[in-house]
Amino acid sequence: MDVSMTVNGSTHSSDVEPRTLLVHHLRDGLGLTGTNIGCDSSSCGACTVHMNGESVKSCTVLAVQADGQDITTIEGLADTARADGSSTGDMDWHPMQEAFQQCHALQCGYCTPGMVMASVSFLKENPNPTEAQIREGLEGNLCRCTGYHNIVKAVESVAGGAS
Amino acid sequence: MTATIGSRMLRKEDPKLLTGEGKYIDDIHAPGELWMGMVRSTMGHATIASIDTSEAEQMPGVHSVWTGASLTEAGLCAAPLPCAWPVTEDMVNPAHLPVAVSEAKHVGDIVAVVLADSRYGAADAAEKVIVDYEPLPAVGSLEAAVADEVMAHSDLGSNKAFHWPLIPDPEGTEKAFAEAAHTVSAKFVQQRLIPAPMEPRGCMAIPSPAGGEVTFYSATQVPHILKVMIAATTGIAESKIRVIAPAVGGGFGGKLNVDADAILSCSLANHLGLPVRWTESRTEAAGSSHQGRGQIQHIEAAADADGKITSVKVHLDADMGAYMMLITPGVPLLGSFLYTGVYDIPNLSFTCDGWFTNMTPTDAYRGAGRPEASYAIERIMDMMALEVGITPEEIRARNYIAGGEKFENYDAASTLVFDSGHYRPAHDRALEMAKVADLRAEQARRRDAGEAKQLGIGMCTYVEICGLAPSRALGGLNYGAGGWEHATVRLLPTGKVEVVSGSTPHGQGHETAWSQIIADKMGVDPNDVEVLHSDTAKSPLGLDTYGSRSLAVGGVAIAMAADKVIEKAKLIAAHQFEAAPEDVEFESGSFSVAGTPAKSVHIQELGFAAFAAHDLPDGMEPNLQEQVSFDPPNFAFPFGTHVAVVEIDTGTGGVELIDYVAVDDCGTQVNPLIVEGQVHGGIVQGAAQALFEVANYDEDGNITNPSFMDYLVPSAAEMPSIQLDSTVTPSTSNPLGVKGVGEAGTIGSAAAVINAICDGLSPYGVTDMEMPATPQRVWQAINNSNGGAA
Repeated sequence: MDVSMTVNGSTHSSDVEPRTLLVHHLRDGLGLTGTNIGCDSSSCGACTVHMNGESVKSCTVLAVQADGQDITTIEGLADTARADGSSTGDMDWHPMQEAFQQCHALQCGYCTPGMVMASVSFLKENPNPTEAQIREGLEGNLCRCTGYHNIVKAVESVAGGAS
Repeated sequence: MTATIGSRMLRKEDPKLLTGEGKYIDDIHAPGELWMGMVRSTMGHATIASIDTSEAEQMPGVHSVWTGASLTEAGLCAAPLPCAWPVTEDMVNPAHLPVAVSEAKHVGDIVAVVLADSRYGAADAAEKVIVDYEPLPAVGSLEAAVADEVMAHSDLGSNKAFHWPLIPDPEGTEKAFAEAAHTVSAKFVQQRLIPAPMEPRGCMAIPSPAGGEVTFYSATQVPHILKVMIAATTGIAESKIRVIAPAVGGGFGGKLNVDADAILSCSLANHLGLPVRWTESRTEAAGSSHQGRGQIQHIEAAADADGKITSVKVHLDADMGAYMMLITPGVPLLGSFLYTGVYDIPNLSFTCDGWFTNMTPTDAYRGAGRPEASYAIERIMDMMALEVGITPEEIRARNYIAGGEKFENYDAASTLVFDSGHYRPAHDRALEMAKVADLRAEQARRRDAGEAKQLGIGMCTYVEICGLAPSRALGGLNYGAGGWEHATVRLLPTGKVEVVSGSTPHGQGHETAWSQIIADKMGVDPNDVEVLHSDTAKSPLGLDTYGSRSLAVGGVAIAMAADKVIEKAKLIAAHQFEAAPEDVEFESGSFSVAGTPAKSVHIQELGFAAFAAHDLPDGMEPNLQEQVSFDPPNFAFPFGTHVAVVEIDTGTGGVELIDYVAVDDCGTQVNPLIVEGQVHGGIVQGAAQALFEVANYDEDGNITNPSFMDYLVPSAAEMPSIQLDSTVTPSTSNPLGVKGVGEAGTIGSAAAVINAICDGLSPYGVTDMEMPATPQRVWQAINNSNGGAA
């Protein structure tokens, strides 16, 4: 089937099998391997991307469902921040990327793209969360390295900075 | 930028990982690659009566389908997968072929392999392979294995694989029990756990048909060990194999094996002349990757009237699973030396029986034997405190090695020598940070008021064995390799420093920590340091990363190699200064002549002189490159005190971990930011064992919770923030004084959490709680009780 979607600001038209998952289309079809796959039951959130600005688990969306939609992956996140003037730090990243490094909120990095995308989306919904709300807001994203402590700190620091 | 040993330098690894630039195994492709799809046994134990591959072979995009029989016919994969740790001379080690030929021994055992031109095509075709199984009686639990009535391997007369004793003083142990004023005994179950790094395993073998080389990419902790083992198992010359671990998404022990997929992909790629790859699915991992723990511990302790422990006696039944993997039988032995914990206990008796079951093989998982031992001794200490009638804090204080004061070179009953320790400061600090006195008051108030939510406070004072390991010690345990680590340090012509690391990161931050060591030693900017690792072509010598060994062995090797570079550079500087080498001083990266500080040269300026070699001292070899293989003289023994605070809903049995304090001592800290991260993650993995995680099997050997839907890796919502502090007692086992911290959190936390639950439920007469402490178990314990208080 023909699908066309905007990914990180560029339009991509492709012929995909109807059953192709969005995450496989992004990774195998478009070569955007920053979005990772950590499970097969929509449990871990490693594959979280933004569809029209909201986080979705891209293993739970078919590529054909993303037809005509606007997708942002970790590769395009810094550009969105640069475009709206919110980028920060030496690397000119999205504030969430910057906060993850400053707070040592990643170790192996595998859950990180999904965790960052989910955190950005979460703060859009709740710009001034409590610690408990951050923890509950990220419960769809698993991390095995950090024990979440520094991830929560990173999200808190961005929330604090934004308020 | 200045960053030295002890600074909280931000990680050099992060930019790639935060932008999607990091390449993990599934991100890397080769033209013409074939995807492996595994056909795995759906039976715990069965005869393979027939396999029909015809429909699968007809599927579009399918290249070929291989069974154990067809691989044998082609002369492939005939050698069993390796076990490098035959713990006794008579250990039973049934052949573990990459693809089962006549009998499947566990759910997940590979019975056929499909090669197809796409990810989905391989999965589709694997489903079309029809296997006719004839079920055999299965051993679906460790208890069933020990009963030894049903055989996990039909051709073996017993499920027992080995018996291993460590009884340094049998008479002393018996005498201690005979003379004891108090004895307590308990049986603890260390449930099976799934390591579950967030990145599933995967690999890709790329052959070079004309040249005969194979380049093997693997999500592995152990590229160097893999290289040797692939050569030994496939017959491909070791010199023709290059192993590359790309970015690796966590390991926790789960990626240190030599698995069937490695041997299959290398053998088939080499045979076909085509790249062969595989990516594990999460649910598949329950049967395709080894699991951890799986032990039943029988422990007895004897004490005098004051609660001074005089002896500990342990018998361990250990679940090997269906086969011996790389270090399966050695894992319980790693714990054997720690059953006396941080205490001055003069007698230890330990025996271990290894048993085969029809379940996924076990092997190392974060802590590997040591969390189990720590759990048993720390639980039995609380039980003894109850027996003697003193608090958990007091019984620990009465038993610490050296009375809790600082010590070096303590001869433990296990025959090991603890390098250094100073237990009381961590103990005091942890109790203070947790505000235990206030918590006890609040606990009493809730008990008196009969509130539904009761408080529990638990502590754990652990010690662990890190820095694996002195090669001779490993030899004494019959381990199949040494425990050294290799490092090379090069000063390049332009003044940049290249470090070649034999230890292999999978999230720990080696590039950052090694850069800090070099910056500290050589006085260079850490950003001028590049660390090469995880590729046997760039780093040909190494023993990789497990057992909290990277810093205490590999990091020390790097520091020692840097010292040698400095030493040689000093000779060049002296030559340039026309001074005697003994008159040349080295400070913050610069050489100068004593008393003439104006005359100085920075070490980075000497890189070109060593490279050009136009004017070196007579007889000196060009270049500044030094290497070291460091074999530590002893293990390192980090320690600490953890305090867990739980709130128990007595109506539902739900347990919430509401506070956690850890004061750890891992010796000198190279980067406290990284240390804290390691401790945070370790604590949550141990707490998850206490509260959530278990790989459940039914009596036929079926795993009933293989996916993340029901194997409960905790999320942020289930865990509290963690309060950390540390003390620093340098190791005497290495010149940096470092000890290792990768496993510490896990080793301390399971016991602390269960001690807290038992403390909270003590008014109900509850003295023990099996892990994981699910609401059902907790509710039952409360409701089976004699009524009690509250």
